[in-house]
Amino acid sequence: MTTREVRNFIIVIMLFVLVALIPLGGSGYWLSIGVTIATYMVLSTSWALFSGPTHYISLATGAFYGIGMFVVGGGIEVLPYWSLVLIAGCIGAVLAALIGLATLRLSGVYFVIFTLGLAEFVRQIVTWIQTTMGTSSGLYVLTDLNDTIIYWELLALGAIVYLVGWWINRSRLGFALRIIGNDEVVAVHSGINTAYAKVILFVFSGTVATIVGALLAPRLSYIESNIAFSPMLSFIVVITALLGGAQKLWGPIVGVIPFMLVWDFLSATFPNQTTLMLGICFLLIVYAIPNGFAGLIEKYVPKMQGRS
Amino acid sequence: MTGISALSVRNVTKNFGGLIAVNEILFEVAEHEVLGLIGPNGSGKTTMMNLISGALKISSGNIRLFGHDISHQSASKISRYGLARTFQLVRMLSSMTVLENVSAGGVFGHRKLWGSDLEAHAHDMLVKVGLGAATHQPIYALTYIDQKRVELARALMSDPRLLLLDEWLAGLNPSELQIGIDLINELRAEGRTIIIVEHVMDAIRSLCDRCVVMNTGIKIAEGTPQEVLADEEVIRAYLGDDHA
Repeated sequence: MTTREVRNFIIVIMLFVLVALIPLGGSGYWLSIGVTIATYMVLSTSWALFSGPTHYISLATGAFYGIGMFVVGGGIEVLPYWSLVLIAGCIGAVLAALIGLATLRLSGVYFVIFTLGLAEFVRQIVTWIQTTMGTSSGLYVLTDLNDTIIYWELLALGAIVYLVGWWINRSRLGFALRIIGNDEVVAVHSGINTAYAKVILFVFSGTVATIVGALLAPRLSYIESNIAFSPMLSFIVVITALLGGAQKLWGPIVGVIPFMLVWDFLSATFPNQTTLMLGICFLLIVYAIPNGFAGLIEKYVPKMQGRS
Repeated sequence: MTGISALSVRNVTKNFGGLIAVNEILFEVAEHEVLGLIGPNGSGKTTMMNLISGALKISSGNIRLFGHDISHQSASKISRYGLARTFQLVRMLSSMTVLENVSAGGVFGHRKLWGSDLEAHAHDMLVKVGLGAATHQPIYALTYIDQKRVELARALMSDPRLLLLDEWLAGLNPSELQIGIDLINELRAEGRTIIIVEHVMDAIRSLCDRCVVMNTGIKIAEGTPQEVLADEEVIRAYLGDDHA
């Protein structure tokens, strides 16, 4: 590693420790928004690992997240919570592999629509199972895990996602994905097994989203399919990743923090128009900052350094 | 025949629905040979190239590359057997630098380089095609011939046993054309096996050991460039009945 990389690494560790200390501040508001930010940080970053280089926009995040919640909800009476998180991760991985093998031949808008439909399909199946086999429309998840523990779990998962992402970006796999995103024909003629590369990344992001769902289940206490499979979640993941910049590993996090703070303000101020506000945010991002904050930073920081 | 068979194309047919683009084509390419695949526009030359490289699937027949049956293999598999190509319309990885564009050819295919080996080799290839100074430029800064050079360097990165050049010389001005011909001649001198699809007859005459001429999907002639260009059927295909 170069000295610059070592310096950046130390800065990241210090920031991480600082962020991990937030629950000790004792403010319920900041802890609560911290959990939300950590949730979307993990989801958006893992989403961007797949969609950033390949330009395949997946709206299936909500499906994986919901499955994670329901695995915990369905098994909490029988199995210990920790094993359920692992099982949820495995189920998410298998499902993502199946979906990936079946759909990654689709490209562009067909893939987007498929993943959106998939999320709704999974939700309907879960609802159907609930109403035919279950006794109530929801499931209780009662544990003694509080927001502080959940927040730390999410941070730990986030750290893993960053390490994996950092490794991928330096590996042949990351290079392969960038070539695929540029031109798939060149990719296959260079010897890249494109299906394999795409499925690996799709499985990783799907697994992470499922685990996030499993980690957040105890926070809701009562899980209903309408909440667990909210399509809004998938859209927010895409918006925050684009706002930050999906091309850079650290892009989504620069999108998630401001977006969530503004979003919190908007949903408190306009409780009945949140979807409208989400739409306006989306339009503004696409028109004003197509390359995200990361793009802006990359564009202007070197200029400022050149001037000084 | 000057050596062992590098590529053998046996009765290969490709139809798109009712349209037969390539019809029962049969030819061999020997190792170290430079074969020209020529014919008027729409005669199926590029389709033939796409069938060999795996970009298109053949409808019937059989293709073997250095003994491997590649008739129904994916393009990525075929490239690992040692085939590399350029495209009729230049394909650049536009968000990457020149060096990365070239490197892309040497990581996953016939050669699997990485790290400093990869960078050094990519740099050598850029020097070889005459682009040593452009290493870290973005792709959009390059002229058309320089983009073609990048594509050739990318193909050469895998140290291909068979190189397909699909109209690599098209669209170049006379001085660029001479540079291009010299470059291919260098590759020929290295002993590479090459198939060239080309309309530039000067290039065909000076580069090719042998030519296969196609018209409307059928092979109409085969032989040395002098032979086939004097062939009545070939002249008829290019110029019409009056000239034959």
